[in-house]
Amino acid sequence: MSFIEMIKHPWPWYVAGPLIGLTVPVLLIIGNKTFGISSSMRHICAICLPAKIPFFNYDWKKEIWNLFFVTGITAGAVIATLFLADPEPVQISPKLAAELAGYGITDYHGLVPVQLFNWPALLTLKGFIMMVAGGFLVGFGTRYAGGCTSGHSIMGLSTLQWPSLVATCCFMAGGFIMANLLIPYILSLNF
Amino acid sequence: MQQNAETNTDFEVRSLDTICVNESHLTHKWYHNLKYLLVGIAFGIVFVKAEIISWFRIQEMFRLQSFHMYGVIGSAVVVGILSVWLIRKFKVKTIYGETIEFHKKPFNKGQIYGGLLFGMGWAITGACPGPLFAQIGTGALVISVTLLSAIAGTWVYGYTREKLPH
Repeated sequence: MSFIEMIKHPWPWYVAGPLIGLTVPVLLIIGNKTFGISSSMRHICAICLPAKIPFFNYDWKKEIWNLFFVTGITAGAVIATLFLADPEPVQISPKLAAELAGYGITDYHGLVPVQLFNWPALLTLKGFIMMVAGGFLVGFGTRYAGGCTSGHSIMGLSTLQWPSLVATCCFMAGGFIMANLLIPYILSLNF
Repeated sequence: MQQNAETNTDFEVRSLDTICVNESHLTHKWYHNLKYLLVGIAFGIVFVKAEIISWFRIQEMFRLQSFHMYGVIGSAVVVGILSVWLIRKFKVKTIYGETIEFHKKPFNKGQIYGGLLFGMGWAITGACPGPLFAQIGTGALVISVTLLSAIAGTWVYGYTREKLPH
C-alpha cells in the first residue's frame, strides 16, 4: 500500500490522539498560546457585536491568532475532503446502525448525516433542535464552562487542573443524558 | 481601592476565558499569525481523517459503542501531560526566547452548569466548537447555521453573565 493510499484510510486513534496532544506544546512553543477553540466565538462577538457588554470589551486584536487557527481548521478540512478522501462509506458500529435505521437514518456517506443536517430540515422542529438549539447549547455552554473539549479536556487536563476535570466530567454527563435519554425522542419527531 | 476593584474584576473576566490570560508580551507583524493558520490546517486534516468530527463517532462515544473517541482524547491528554511536564522540567522557551507561561483555571460553578449544557449540545450536533468549523470545511455548509447559533449562544452568555450563578 502506498503512503498516499494509507493516509486516505480513516486514521486510528493512536495516530490522531498523539497528534492532537502535540498541538499543546506546538502552540506554546511557537507563541506562548494556550490551546483553546471555543474562545474564537467570543472574539467574533467582541469584533462584530460587543454592544457595550463588559465580557466582549477587551483588546481582541491580541487574540487574533485564534481566528487564524480556526480558519486553518476549516481549510484543513477542505484539503482532507478534496485530496485525502476515503471513497468508502463511514464505518459505524452495528449497534448504532441498527438503532439509527429505526429512525430512517441509513445514509452513512459523509461525516455529517445528510438526512438530519440539511437546509430544508431547518424548517422542521427536529432540524431546528438538532442544528439551531444544539449549536446554541454548544456556544452558551462552552463559554459558561470557560472552555470546550480543547481548552478544558486537552489543555486543562494536560496542565493537571482539577476544575478542568470537573468540566470534562460534566461534558460527558451532559452528552450521556442527551444521547441516551433525549435524542431517541428528538429523532422520532417526524415534523 | 476603586482602582483595585476594577483591576480584579478585569482579571476575573479574563481568567474565566481559556486563552485570554495567556499571551505573548511581544508584538509581531500580522503575518506571524500565519503559523497558527498552518497548525490549524494540520489540525483540521487530523479532525477529518480520524473522523473526530463525525456525528456518528460522537453518538458511538456517548452510547459506549466504540473505543475510538476515548482513545483519541485519552492519548491526546497523555501526550499533552508529558509535553507540559517536559516544557516545565527543561524550562523550554518559545521560538522568540520568551518563558512559557501557564495559568491556573479557577473553579466556578459555571464549569458544572455550562459543562452539562455544552455536553448536551455536543451530543445533538456531534460537534464541539473546533469540529463545527471543520464540518463546514467538509462541504456540510448547513452547519454554518449551527456555528452562527453557537456564536449567538456565546453572545447571550456574555449578555446574561452577571445574572448567572458562577
